[in-house]
Parts: sequence; structure tokens; C-alpha cells
Amino acid sequence: MANPEFEVDDVIDITDVNCPVTFVKTKVALEELDEGQILQVHINDGEPIQNVPRSVKEEGHEILKIDDNGDGTFELFIKKVGD
Amino acid sequence: MAFTNEQLERYSRHIILKEIGAKGQKKLLNGKVLIIGAGGLGAPAALYLAAAGVGTIGIVDADVVDLSNLQRQVIHTTNDIGKRKVESARETMNAINPDVKVNTYHEFVASDNIMDLIKDYDFILDGTDNFPAKFLINDACVMAKKPLSHAGIIRFKGQLTTIIPGEGPCYRCIFKNPPPKDAVPTCKQAGVIGAMGGVIGSLQAMEAVKYLTGVGDLLVGYLLTYDALKMEFHKIKLPARGEGCAVCSDHPTITELIDYEQPACELKAH
Repeated sequence: MANPEFEVDDVIDITDVNCPVTFVKTKVALEELDEGQILQVHINDGEPIQNVPRSVKEEGHEILKIDDNGDGTFELFIKKVGD
Repeated sequence: MAFTNEQLERYSRHIILKEIGAKGQKKLLNGKVLIIGAGGLGAPAALYLAAAGVGTIGIVDADVVDLSNLQRQVIHTTNDIGKRKVESARETMNAINPDVKVNTYHEFVASDNIMDLIKDYDFILDGTDNFPAKFLINDACVMAKKPLSHAGIIRFKGQLTTIIPGEGPCYRCIFKNPPPKDAVPTCKQAGVIGAMGGVIGSLQAMEAVKYLTGVGDLLVGYLLTYDALKMEFHKIKLPARGEGCAVCSDHPTITELIDYEQPACELKAH
């Protein structure tokens, strides 16, 4: 799923796991990035989309955008803040 | 090293923590802790450190499991009676977490083996029940510059401190020498509440986890005491590292390890 607005540095799919592993996988992927790099997350509706962006923000990262794919999944774009 | 999906799930409650994260969990998996004594203190500490995914855990104990151990030594079960404690501990730890490599040493610590036992480990946890061993472990850790969690439990009381040689006081800065034989009862003679090992041994495991991950402030320069009957914890500030300490001062008078005499009744118990 290409995104013209940002240059994405890594893409992960967390639609195959449940909370809290959804956030764990997102967090591990963010730890691999450098400050300012962007992670795209393919994520399910419901509990994951309610919880993961909030937990990511609590860790200090920036949510750039959430796109609704219209099929029960979303694309979440996160900018890594801090090291 | 990348995490497997199983590891991400197993350690998810650690990785979620801002202070730990994937980096901290990797430090735990790369960490090496030596637990001396698989008894009241060592049992809960070994369980939590294995569950936490500390990658290499050594266990030193010369005893076999006795029925009277089971009231507090929660790593052993009734089926383990007569088995070497180190073997019984290893089986339980690997049943909890196959990620952990458990090294077993079925021996007493003494001046002729302790330096070799501690040399490959990052953090040493003293779960022994006697003063000769506690002084020996302290002196060896000071000489080898190994971080040490010291603890003791008896009746309804427990205490612990963390020793980082060169940074804070050591056990011998607080207590110069072992007490005279039979001046202080052992927990075999005096009794101990089983949960006391759980409280204090778990605090020792917590110090090991904090040391390995570099998170928070260690109990260096303080003695934490717990009185269960009064339900009181006290965090007592210790004097700075003693200029006059016989082992950890800049000019130590003790430069070789000492095997203090152990009361004979304590050695032939089983």
C-alpha cells in the first residue's frame, strides 16, 4: 500500500495478532528505526486501532495519519520521536 | 538477535514497559546471573529470573531436596525429595522458560572454587543461609568486582542490600567479621516464615533485573529491612564505603579468601 505523502521507512502487518502483541510488534519495529523515520502499520479495526495509537503516543511518538482502508483495516503512520 | 513471535508474546508485559522495551528484554536474554543457594531466597529468585528470560542462570547448591525445605523453597516439589536441588531447580526453570540456559553446580562455595564460579556471571545473588558463606561471597565479589545482592531471612524478618564494589559499601563495611559460632541462630534453629523468602528473594531478583537492564536506582549504600509482624519496611542509609574496610578499601588487609569455620551441626543436617 503505497503512500504518496510520506517516505515510509518500514512497514509491518499486525492484523494477524491480538492485543497486546499488536503494540509489542509496533514498539519493536519503532525501536529498530532512527529518530524521525516513519513506520507504516497495517492494523485491524476494533481493539487494535483503539489501543495501539494511544500507546504509541504515550511513548512519545507522533501519529501522522490514520487511513481507513474500508475493509476493516487501517494504515497507521507513525513518526519515531526520541531514541 | 530478532525476537520470535513466541518470544514477543512471552515477554510482551516487559516489552510494553517504556523503561524496558525490546532493548531491555534483549539485555535480559544476554544477561548472566549466578544464584548461590537454591533455598528459601534462591528458589523464588530463580523462578522470577527464569520467567523474565535472563538468558543464563547458574545455580550453586550442594544439598538435596528435603521434606522440610518445601514449606518455603517453592522451586522444588514433593516429587523432588532426595533429588539434587540444582537439578530440581533446573527442571522447574526450564519448564517455565526453555529460553533459559541453566548451569548447575552441585557443590558448596569455598575459597578454592568461588572465583571460578563467579567469573563468567554479570550479577551474583547470595541466597545462602550462613555467615561463612556470606563473608566468602562478599569478599570474592569485591575482589572480582562483581555486583552482588546480599540478603538474609530469619523468623519474621528479612533484609537485603546491593553491593557494587568500588561504588558503595560492601557487607564487610557493615559487619567486620562473622559472629561467634552459635551467637546467632540459623533459620534451621530459629524458624522462618516461608513467604519471607518470597518477599526478599523476589526483591533480589528485582535488583538483578534492574542491574541487567540499567533501569532505576539500585539498593547500593542502603540496607532494606522488613519486619513482617510489624509490617514495616525500613530503608537504612549505610555509611559510605569504609576507608577502614578490611576488604574493599583502597588498602585492604584481607587480600586472600577466608574459609570461616562452619558449625559442624549445620553441615551434616541431611
